[in-house]
Amino acid sequence: MKKLTLAAGLALALSAAVPFAFAQEEGGAAHAEGGGEHATAHYPIRKPEPQDWSFAGIFGKYDIGQLQRGYQVYKEVCANCHSMHLVAFRNLAEEGGPGFTAAQVKALAATYTVQDGPDDNGDMFERPALPSDRFPSPYPNAQAAAASNNGKAPPDLSLMAKGRAVERGFPWFLIDIVTQYQEGGPDYIHALLTGYQDPPEGVTVPPGTHYNPYFLAGAALAMPPPLADGQVTYSDGSPETVDQYARDVSAFLMWTAEPHLEARKRIGFQVLIFLGVFAALLYLTKRKIWSNIAH
Amino acid sequence: MAGHSTFEPQNPVIRWIDSRLPIFGLVHSSFIVFPNPRNLNYWWTFGGILAFMLVAQIVTGVVLVMHYTPHTSLAFNSVEHIMRDVNYGWMIRYLHANGASMFFIAVYVHIFRGLYYGSYKAPREVLWILGMIIYLLMMATGFMGYVLPWGQMSFWGATVITSLFSAIPLVGEPVTTWLWGGFAVDNPTLNRFFSLHYLLPFMIAGVVVLHVWALHVPGSNNPTGVSVKAKQDTLPFHPYFTVKDALGLVLFLMFYMWFVFYLPNYLGHPDNYTPADPLVTPAHIVPEWYYLPFYAILRSIPSKLGGVIAMFGAIGVLFLVPWLDTSKVRSAAYRPLYRQFFWILVLVSIGLGYLGSRPAEGGYVIASRILTLYYFAHFLVILPLLGLFERPKPQPASITEAVLGKGGAPVTAGAPAAPQTKG
Repeated sequence: MKKLTLAAGLALALSAAVPFAFAQEEGGAAHAEGGGEHATAHYPIRKPEPQDWSFAGIFGKYDIGQLQRGYQVYKEVCANCHSMHLVAFRNLAEEGGPGFTAAQVKALAATYTVQDGPDDNGDMFERPALPSDRFPSPYPNAQAAAASNNGKAPPDLSLMAKGRAVERGFPWFLIDIVTQYQEGGPDYIHALLTGYQDPPEGVTVPPGTHYNPYFLAGAALAMPPPLADGQVTYSDGSPETVDQYARDVSAFLMWTAEPHLEARKRIGFQVLIFLGVFAALLYLTKRKIWSNIAH
Repeated sequence: MAGHSTFEPQNPVIRWIDSRLPIFGLVHSSFIVFPNPRNLNYWWTFGGILAFMLVAQIVTGVVLVMHYTPHTSLAFNSVEHIMRDVNYGWMIRYLHANGASMFFIAVYVHIFRGLYYGSYKAPREVLWILGMIIYLLMMATGFMGYVLPWGQMSFWGATVITSLFSAIPLVGEPVTTWLWGGFAVDNPTLNRFFSLHYLLPFMIAGVVVLHVWALHVPGSNNPTGVSVKAKQDTLPFHPYFTVKDALGLVLFLMFYMWFVFYLPNYLGHPDNYTPADPLVTPAHIVPEWYYLPFYAILRSIPSKLGGVIAMFGAIGVLFLVPWLDTSKVRSAAYRPLYRQFFWILVLVSIGLGYLGSRPAEGGYVIASRILTLYYFAHFLVILPLLGLFERPKPQPASITEAVLGKGGAPVTAGAPAAPQTKG
């Protein structure tokens, strides 16, 4: 019987080892040829470097200055092609956000024009945006966006920081539970925005695409490198580099994706303290009740 | 077990009601004086945890429905409306989404506890089968719930799973069309999934009542697997097990809240934050983590129909466990070989879960096939044979003897009847 268990254990250990051997082989192949010919190539070619984020961890909070800079980058660069239709102007003044005042938001919204209607005559009309309006999209519809961008509409940015992440793999996905790593989205956006480079020798990318080893879905993407040093003028003296822009806009997009993150972490801490004390009291109660009982 | 004849309410209103509808007496006999084996360990607190999770899912779900819109063009944004604009909507939704995972974590612990201690053996076969029915209903409910936000994984997960029915010979196509309410997963599919997602939890609640009823006929199994033989083998449910269950529940809640507040999207898939697009297939379609072992089994069989049969067979075989296990000994504590095979089964199940999350290619497929084969062999070959060849260790004569050792009985006399409640 012992032999039987041993045999079963051996067979299982063997079967567990098989996929790793294969994975290595394929990983090597994908690297050599950029994954171009593989039926299921493994992208991204390179994994994002985890960055330091102010909103990571139990006491994480957004950096208001960073969110404001990130908003500026979004507004001056990203918004030219990307929509952000889940976010309203009023959100910019809400608690746990970039910390604009209600008056600033009102003035800001008024600089945008939105279509409204129909009015009493049945006509659509244009009016200045109100704080309650959501950010107008750069294109009237998805088809127009696609037509202007090589046939594919640029994705909406509202949820980008939660809608993209590179798989962490073993054993990281277990370690992440303890370290509370939830910043795969902003790490990815930062890596992508700073990751454009010339393709390695022997790799050609299709015309109209740009090589980026951090891109999730291939070796190259349609979006040209959007940022350049000095492109956006910061008023707070922060470095005007691609890395800083990418960092700031990634943080901003984390906020657009998760506007209640600060409240969530604050309440979470209170909840855990409450439950911890409750558990301790229950443990003492349980010990007392069971003190005379062998079990 | 304990008749409610012992229940003598002091309050005249309660006495008046109870003499017409003995509901207080029922609660009293089932959850106050109900005799539980005194040696239950913390693995037994998961039953109470599961009851809590069912109620928590229903309560959070009812609130979510107040703000959710089941329409293909509105569902995704209505969920985002909950996340952004509804007061504490983000909390309710994260509680519900992570609650589903916690429900499954608890049910897997509960099932494996039953397998380890032989809780499915006579006279608890019906109890076990009712539990399996609950598990099936949970799987259906969880699957349909994941479809409701109408993200990319919602849509493609629904497409993959419903397409399985097209593997049925002859009637596969019409059955699938009937399930979809059209020729593809679309608004009618979303609507019926929403309807069923709301209905099934109440069916689960109904089966849970039967499950508890079937539990209270023979009473709980226990870590020794030895049946309760005398009064000193047991303790009244309250206060001994109410406080123990409460402690287990609160510790479990801390684990649950860790995810809700700090890792709310860890158990989900990023693609589900992209609205469903029938024209764009995600690179890898993966179901929620709790289906992954079955997904691996499904994909390990080269034929579609064979895969579907294997997948449902993997669950079906669990229904037969009470009759596949030929050993007379319940608890693995006295079954040296079964105990080893049990842990191998746990590892195999985790391994299948891992493989289910990998793309179906190369070595992953080979490993899936080996583990799938072993999974079925465990139940269909090892379990029946072990009972014939295994030599069990000597079992204690009673629970009390297991707890106190031989000759320790006098200490317990009368103890259960006099819980230390005052000073």
